[in-house]
Amino acid sequence: MAEPLLTTTGLTRRFTSGGGLLRRPRSMTAVRDVTLAIPRGSVTGVVGESGCGKSTLARLVLRLIEPSQGRVGFDGADLTALPAGELRRMRRRMQMVFQDPYSSLDPRYTIAEVLAEPFRVQGERVSRDAIDHLLSQVGLAAPMAAAYPHQLSGGQRQRVGVARALALKPDFVVLDEPTASLDVSIQAQIVALLERLKSELGLTYMFISHDLGLVRYFCDRILVMYLGAVVEELPSTEAAPRHPYTRALLDSTFSPDPALRRRLVALKGEIPSPFDLPRGCAFAGRCPHATAHCRDQRPELAGEAGGHRVACFHPL
Amino acid sequence: MSIATSTRHHGVAWRDVAVLRALRTPKGALAGGWIILVVLAAVFAPLLTPYAYDLQSLKEAYQPPSAAHWLGTDEFGRDLLTRLLYGGRTSLSVSGIAIGVSVFVGMVLGAAAGYFGKRFDQMIMVAVDLTWSFPEILVALMLVAIIGPGITGTLVAIGVAYLAQFTRLTRAQIMAIKSETYVEAARSLGASHARVLTGHLLPNALAPVLVSGMLATGDAIILEATLGFFGLGAQPPTPSWGAMMSSGTALLFKAPWIIIFPGLAVAITVVAINIYGDALIRALDIRTRLRAA
Amino acid sequence: MTALLTVADMQVTIGPVTPLDGIGFTLDRGEILGLVGESGSGKSLTAMAIMGLLPLSGGRVSAGSIRFDGTELTSLGEDAYRQLRGKRIAFISQNPMTALDPLQTIGAQVDVIGTLHFGKSRAEARRRTLEVLTQLRIPEAAAICASYPHQLSGGMKQRIVIAMALAGEPDLIIADEPTTALDVTVQAQIIHLLAELVRERGMALLLITHDMGVVAQCCDRVAVLYAGRLAEAAAIDPLFAAPAHPYTQALIACIPRDDTRKGTLAGIPGTVPAVSAYPPGCRYHPRCPQAQDICRTTVPDSRPRPSGVVACHFPGPTNG
Repeated sequence: MAEPLLTTTGLTRRFTSGGGLLRRPRSMTAVRDVTLAIPRGSVTGVVGESGCGKSTLARLVLRLIEPSQGRVGFDGADLTALPAGELRRMRRRMQMVFQDPYSSLDPRYTIAEVLAEPFRVQGERVSRDAIDHLLSQVGLAAPMAAAYPHQLSGGQRQRVGVARALALKPDFVVLDEPTASLDVSIQAQIVALLERLKSELGLTYMFISHDLGLVRYFCDRILVMYLGAVVEELPSTEAAPRHPYTRALLDSTFSPDPALRRRLVALKGEIPSPFDLPRGCAFAGRCPHATAHCRDQRPELAGEAGGHRVACFHPL
Repeated sequence: MSIATSTRHHGVAWRDVAVLRALRTPKGALAGGWIILVVLAAVFAPLLTPYAYDLQSLKEAYQPPSAAHWLGTDEFGRDLLTRLLYGGRTSLSVSGIAIGVSVFVGMVLGAAAGYFGKRFDQMIMVAVDLTWSFPEILVALMLVAIIGPGITGTLVAIGVAYLAQFTRLTRAQIMAIKSETYVEAARSLGASHARVLTGHLLPNALAPVLVSGMLATGDAIILEATLGFFGLGAQPPTPSWGAMMSSGTALLFKAPWIIIFPGLAVAITVVAINIYGDALIRALDIRTRLRAA
Repeated sequence: MTALLTVADMQVTIGPVTPLDGIGFTLDRGEILGLVGESGSGKSLTAMAIMGLLPLSGGRVSAGSIRFDGTELTSLGEDAYRQLRGKRIAFISQNPMTALDPLQTIGAQVDVIGTLHFGKSRAEARRRTLEVLTQLRIPEAAAICASYPHQLSGGMKQRIVIAMALAGEPDLIIADEPTTALDVTVQAQIIHLLAELVRERGMALLLITHDMGVVAQCCDRVAVLYAGRLAEAAAIDPLFAAPAHPYTQALIACIPRDDTRKGTLAGIPGTVPAVSAYPPGCRYHPRCPQAQDICRTTVPDSRPRPSGVVACHFPGPTNG
């Protein structure tokens, strides 16, 4: 088996917040002990709800924020130990598409300037042709280059965001909920675009989303996160979920088919605050199968046959 | 102070037009017109009057407004209009330069504090808040007491008195813009701190800070006049609006024009700056951003 | 028997433009109607028209009728309308974060419905509030009443907004994308809760959404809007089994299912045209893969279908 493009080992990030004269700062672990490997040419989905740490994980693997513990390996190099200059050169190869196409483009830049920035940052000259080529790659007309972001629709802006990520011809692109703020019709357009670009350019994706249905369609492998930790890794989209949370996520996904209408609400309650996590399994409070053991001890992510890993004392 | 210059390299940005758009309302046009008039009058003062500002003629003292002396003469027989024009030079240039430097330094400090945060931020903000906790006039008086009366003292006094305002505003803007995704996007491309600051943060933070600088210039004219009134500003025979009013107080009933005209000049100019500033805020649509600070 | 709400041939004009034209559907008690379409298709404007809130954006219903429980709403005065809104017609907005006043306790905000619309005393209103919160399965209702919006999670806030809507014991609830701001597991809870309440109490729910998945999950009937016109209306099962309008087909195809093969999700090319740039003929023709010459020139009439209507020159077969 070929060496994976990106690996993380025990990746952990803690944040402290608040704290002043009278209050003690509170700390939370946004990402806890994540170890994963992303094979070349694959689409790895990271799925979870708000506060599960998926966006923090995205920023950690690109070293946009520094880990509290753990390492990130990219194509054999230790990304976490790279000095600033080398990291900047490495950034050419790993890029990101952001969630909100409205705030991810500087309102004062024309589209041409947005697309020129990657080259300028890396100290390169930009040709008009390069901009036109990028625009056509993402299905936008060349005259769009002179427009300002506020003149574009959400879908068009996100295409610009994709084009910017492709400008430096990266190997690896992190897609941080690129369709979450778009209409479903535009979401499908963007996903189709990302699929086409992947096969044309041989990209490797890490796709972050809260929509398990979309992830199951788009990705080859799926990591499910809950409150900072990976609770299940599915080696393929066909693999049946074994963690009760993954099951619940799947049951919360609405298929466009009235015959598949859910009769029961999958889950009760909401995600607890990451600032005061229970001692045992973070999901125990909402889990229909939780036992005293679950509330007392935290299950480890344990490997099973075929690369299926699950962190649960009572897997389904 | 032009907001247009800073954005010119970005082509015809909406801000370019805003400076002119603020002139489109009747109030904005009137206020802007007065400001232009005062600035032109100050610049071309030597061409506009046949008299010299320090030409004394005791036998012409205390003359009321007439055809020869449109605004009358003062206690030394100097032409009041001439002194008003030259006084405008002092008042406007001292306030303008002091505020200009203050805005610049405030933006540098505020950007550094807002962008790098942590201990750097604490150090800068403690120093800045120290001046913020006294009224501007007190800060200015203290500084003039240390440096000594005169134009240099006034410049430093005004500049420092308003520094906290610009530093705080810039810092708040930078901190807000820092969390915009396009800043993170630039960093993910490998952009350096300097590039992020000059390419994204400062250009987007500029408009509110410059407008607040413009409004502060109005206040600064009053502060300059106040220092002049106490004899701490520009020293005789250099005219300034404040000093002219000061000498007029003793003669309020004998020759009221000596105090009335410089007083009117200060009042109308300051009001005009405020009205035009408000029009500019509307034209730039930055009301909420100014309040956020 | 006539339906609770009947919108017929409704046209809405704002200044020189006509963003809505020929909108018609019915909604009965105990029923959930999904009003579906992309941003800019006119869903929210339709809701505004029913709520009588068009004057806020300078618009008016320029033709057609909106009948609510026997009353013609298009000719209703503002005072009479105010009696309806909040009491007989309730609205649930997309963003629970902005629908609540940050400076008032939850209890006070829900109580107002009782004191304002039913002339109840404050104690009575609070009793009713606690009752409604309990019905919404909100644990520790009394504690929630005493808290402020910022102390609650997004899902809980949306429940409170629903409670405010229910407190008026409305006949009709209009919900504009009530779950888009929520986590998926919470979205499922809220959708089920709404559906259950509507059926139990015999209320009517007009659910505005762009997500065919949500529609399939809880609606009884669907009205699909495109660029200010009704594209298709039908009962839920036939609509999903054999969508007749190409736009309905495309909207359904936007959501991947378990059996969707990789690389086959396409989305709908292009975007909804702006009101000022509605094309002639069928407004969907520039994006429609099946468009013929007649589609570019002639507006398709609404044709009856076994369980509804479709406005297309070449509708799909009735049996999928």
